[in-house]
Amino acid sequence: MSKVFKGRPVVAGKISGKEAVVSHQGVNTLASFQKSALFKKKQVICSDQNNPDLYQKNLTDKVICLPKTIGSTTGGMVLYSVCAMGIAPCAMLFSEPIDSLAAAGVILSDVWVKDKTIVAVDTLGDEFLNYVKDGMKITVDEDGTVTVD
Amino acid sequence: MQYKMKLTPEEEGVLNGSQGEVMAKVMKTLVLYGDAFGAERFVPVVGKGHLVTSFGLSVLQPVFDIMDELIGAGLKVEESFTADPRPIDYANVKCNLIEKLIFNKMMYGAQDPYEAQLQKLGLKGEDAFTCASYLDEVGNVPKKGDVLSWAESSAVVFANSVLGARCNRNSGIIELFGSILGKVPEFDLLTDEGRKAKWIIDVQTTEKPEAQILGSAIGMKVMEDVPYIKGLDKWIGTELNESTKGYLKDMGAATASNGAVGLYHIENLTPEAVELGDALIREDAKTYVIDDAELARVKNGYPNIWKDPNAKPERVFIGCPHLTFTQLGEWADRFEAELKKQGKTKVALNVVMTAAPAVLAHFKKDNSAAYAKLLSYGIKLTSICPLMYMNNPLCGKKAVVTNSNKLRTYTTARYFTDAEITTIAVKGEI
Repeated sequence: MSKVFKGRPVVAGKISGKEAVVSHQGVNTLASFQKSALFKKKQVICSDQNNPDLYQKNLTDKVICLPKTIGSTTGGMVLYSVCAMGIAPCAMLFSEPIDSLAAAGVILSDVWVKDKTIVAVDTLGDEFLNYVKDGMKITVDEDGTVTVD
Repeated sequence: MQYKMKLTPEEEGVLNGSQGEVMAKVMKTLVLYGDAFGAERFVPVVGKGHLVTSFGLSVLQPVFDIMDELIGAGLKVEESFTADPRPIDYANVKCNLIEKLIFNKMMYGAQDPYEAQLQKLGLKGEDAFTCASYLDEVGNVPKKGDVLSWAESSAVVFANSVLGARCNRNSGIIELFGSILGKVPEFDLLTDEGRKAKWIIDVQTTEKPEAQILGSAIGMKVMEDVPYIKGLDKWIGTELNESTKGYLKDMGAATASNGAVGLYHIENLTPEAVELGDALIREDAKTYVIDDAELARVKNGYPNIWKDPNAKPERVFIGCPHLTFTQLGEWADRFEAELKKQGKTKVALNVVMTAAPAVLAHFKKDNSAAYAKLLSYGIKLTSICPLMYMNNPLCGKKAVVTNSNKLRTYTTARYFTDAEITTIAVKGEI
């Protein structure tokens, strides 16, 4: 059974059948991505000990479902960097309006990284975040329609 | 592609390449950024910029690639900019060989070429590295109403709240683009409506609240919203003097790191609160009462994530954000009294105090007695960023204590109040 949610595409794109990873608290971008990026790993394993939902989970090519991002104002450029390195999540789906740091990261990736992007949809609502669970398959359409299987 | 922002013909031209392909990408990034937040137009930036990225972290090669593109296209910040602190100072913050190897080879190996990039893009000077760029000595002090293109959360919240400037919580790179363009999209904290408070903070403590815990409590409660703080003027007065500014710097950094606050108002004290009073509070504002018990609850909730929770502390960091001239003097007095009390002449731990290069020079020149005292106690003075030091996996494993709630939030360092940290530093144990 699938459920459909409608949000606003911040960076529009199509994603099909990708795996969800869910955080019910704000995702600290620097804390989550830094360690894997620093050691040039082929995949990002979340290193934020303060986020029990994501800690030690693989974030590369996953759909991160979250309320928003938090933390250092380096956040946007960290997201852009992991996108350029090819180890970013394939999409970020926000239950709330996107925050300025995440917006910077996905837009920088969209404009400055060739052939790679992080699809971003926001304002999907609390119901979305309550419904989606780790491992569910996500499809995103260009118009911000999100289908959760 | 259809954009929602209303651009002037000149801005439209830049977007379409009138100033070259790279500048068109800079413009496109900022237009998309503005569109994401419903900005209708660009507004001009006033004064110097401030960059959060001061470190040549090797992993940020994609950022250096953008810098190269900008430099190659002949772009720079006309008004110049300051940047966050440098990451390393081996003379004053000792590291062993393996730690140095990680810093030099794995982490900050790109520091020198990156600083050369910053110079080409308009860095204010060799000593322009500090998170407290808004201090007089550093020379990047915005005026009330100035629109800024800054990142570094602690600097943004200070400029907005204490100086009355207008700046959003920008990400790294975005702040540089705004400074190069000389314009930023107008939304959120740049607008009158966006500066109104969604929270009333009712301070009901029986003594002056510790700035770092008060800020932490506020940040964790209101997250990114604007708080209007009542009852604090009773403890810190109604005059924005040097001592008050130091307090607000520390409180603000904690609101910004423990939450995501970009602006706060304090009744009878900060410029917009003095000018507009309760008119700054939205009708639907919620109230958060902070009393002694609430501050104790917040402080007791900080986890101890040391590898060995019962370890003896090794190092003390004081000055995140960087200390002011007045605060350096206050710390000299605090340590003098504590050493006398414990019958000692030197601190027992590796104590590092951080301040901007220009502030340290001012302190050495105009309060030479206190400067000499701190050195004689065995305390090191430096201008690094403690956070960047702690990012080294080996350094992060050390038992570090700090009076900074920001450092606590982003690293394994344990937080203690100013009084507690002084006692610990002299005694050598918790």
